[in-house]
Amino acid sequence: MTDAAALAVQDVVAGYGGAPVLDGVSILVEPATITAVLGANGAGKTTLLRTISGLVRPRQGRITVGGANLARKPPEAVARAGVAHVPEGQGVITELTVEENLRLGALLRTGRKGRASRAAALAESYQRFGVLAKRRHRAAGTLSGGERQILVIARALLAAPRVLLLDEPSLGLAPMVVAQVMDLVRQLRDDSGLTVLLVEQNARSALRIADRGVVLNLGKVVADADAAELLADVGLRRHYLGF
Amino acid sequence: MQEFVEFTLGGVAFGMIYAAIGLSLVLIWRGTRILNYSQGAMAMFTTYVALIVINHTGNYWEGFAVALASGLVLGAALEWVVVRRIEDKPPLNAVIVTIGLLIFLEGLAGIIYGGQYRSFPPAFSIVGLTLGSTALGISRNDEFTAGAVLAAALGLAALFRYTSVGLRLRATAFNADVARLLGVRIGRVLTLGWALAGLIGALAGVLVTPSTFLYPNSMDSIFVLGFTAAVIGGLESPVGAVVGGIVLGVVLNLAGGYLGSDLVPIFGLAVLALVLMVRPSGLFSTTAVRQV
Repeated sequence: MTDAAALAVQDVVAGYGGAPVLDGVSILVEPATITAVLGANGAGKTTLLRTISGLVRPRQGRITVGGANLARKPPEAVARAGVAHVPEGQGVITELTVEENLRLGALLRTGRKGRASRAAALAESYQRFGVLAKRRHRAAGTLSGGERQILVIARALLAAPRVLLLDEPSLGLAPMVVAQVMDLVRQLRDDSGLTVLLVEQNARSALRIADRGVVLNLGKVVADADAAELLADVGLRRHYLGF
Repeated sequence: MQEFVEFTLGGVAFGMIYAAIGLSLVLIWRGTRILNYSQGAMAMFTTYVALIVINHTGNYWEGFAVALASGLVLGAALEWVVVRRIEDKPPLNAVIVTIGLLIFLEGLAGIIYGGQYRSFPPAFSIVGLTLGSTALGISRNDEFTAGAVLAAALGLAALFRYTSVGLRLRATAFNADVARLLGVRIGRVLTLGWALAGLIGALAGVLVTPSTFLYPNSMDSIFVLGFTAAVIGGLESPVGAVVGGIVLGVVLNLAGGYLGSDLVPIFGLAVLALVLMVRPSGLFSTTAVRQV
């Protein structure tokens, strides 16, 4: 079953010293699906993404993408294996221009036709995200919250990832902008077949677009089911998701 | 008025040396948040290498090229072998390690080359230039010094602005975690940053030594003034380091010329204190100062 998964997290224990934040977490993410990771503050959602992308070294367990074990690999190696991580707080490099941020995302397109591929991907990105084309020469720090979120997603896509890790994309955004960002994530799955692991405080919004939902509590998986089932489970929603 | 022009132009020439040392410090500070106290000693060491090559071949330019190349290699090697072990450790570790490198390099130079003062040839004539009957206070060699540092600064600016390597360097300096998530191999980037700093420091060494002699701690006072130039510029800004170096060079040369050379070190410290009091983050820094 793990062979068919785009991303498999198996029995991962990880943390920052002392008691582990993740305590034996296992998750399978099927290709071209959105899996929402939900839970209260401190449940371990962000640590899970940081562990997958290599920012936190797991103490045990396997993390495989396309069959290759990436556990304990550095973030740059994980990125090169096709995992794009959009961190909480957006991760825009504010001192660089919009275009420079996007060029950074395209740097992983290498090889003989790397330069042409990067240019084509950048042009395609501007076509898809018109707001970025208009502001391409502005410092990224001058963008609004919603524009920054679009920028970091566009930047992640320029690396042509197999798996996109999105950490709290709705954080600090107005409800209308949150809806736009969620629509964008859904389009990426539907149109491009992208696999997305979505960490989100706003459980209701996340489950509406997700295929599957995983609920974490104190570093352990307490529920792993179809998104529709989780939405229908009133007890679980009230107990762990707060709605 | 003629004296003023002489002192000012001479100050610009010397200021370019401080700018080069300041630039090398900024390169490392931006990437690693480490203040490299061994930068002057590295420059001293590569200048010895240049002197050996010049004495052996009789060709200044071969020595000049070898000094720059050895600066590149020394910077990369120190980062790879020593500094990488302490890059994610508390800041005090970096202070101790780079001071340790300073002592090590100066001690090693003393063992290999001895402690005596050696003269180092200039690239061009050091005879003062004149405009009509007016002495300008600078020589062909000063012109070369200013041109070489300016070319190095412009080359670095172009590297940062127009190349993917420069983009990786800047991304790592601004946000290393995000750069890593985007696939930037920051270990290589930091090695490159140290290598470039070693190169610029080596340039400063061969440019300044004709007017100071060469001995194991000959670059100590130049390092302090280069550090001052970098602080004036804000430690973050390559342009700031160059402007800071020029301002410092002119102020010190004017002070030395009009008030006596004994006062130059005091004026150096006074400029540093003034900048730290009026604008602690430097003239070109965009970083806000936090009150604690």
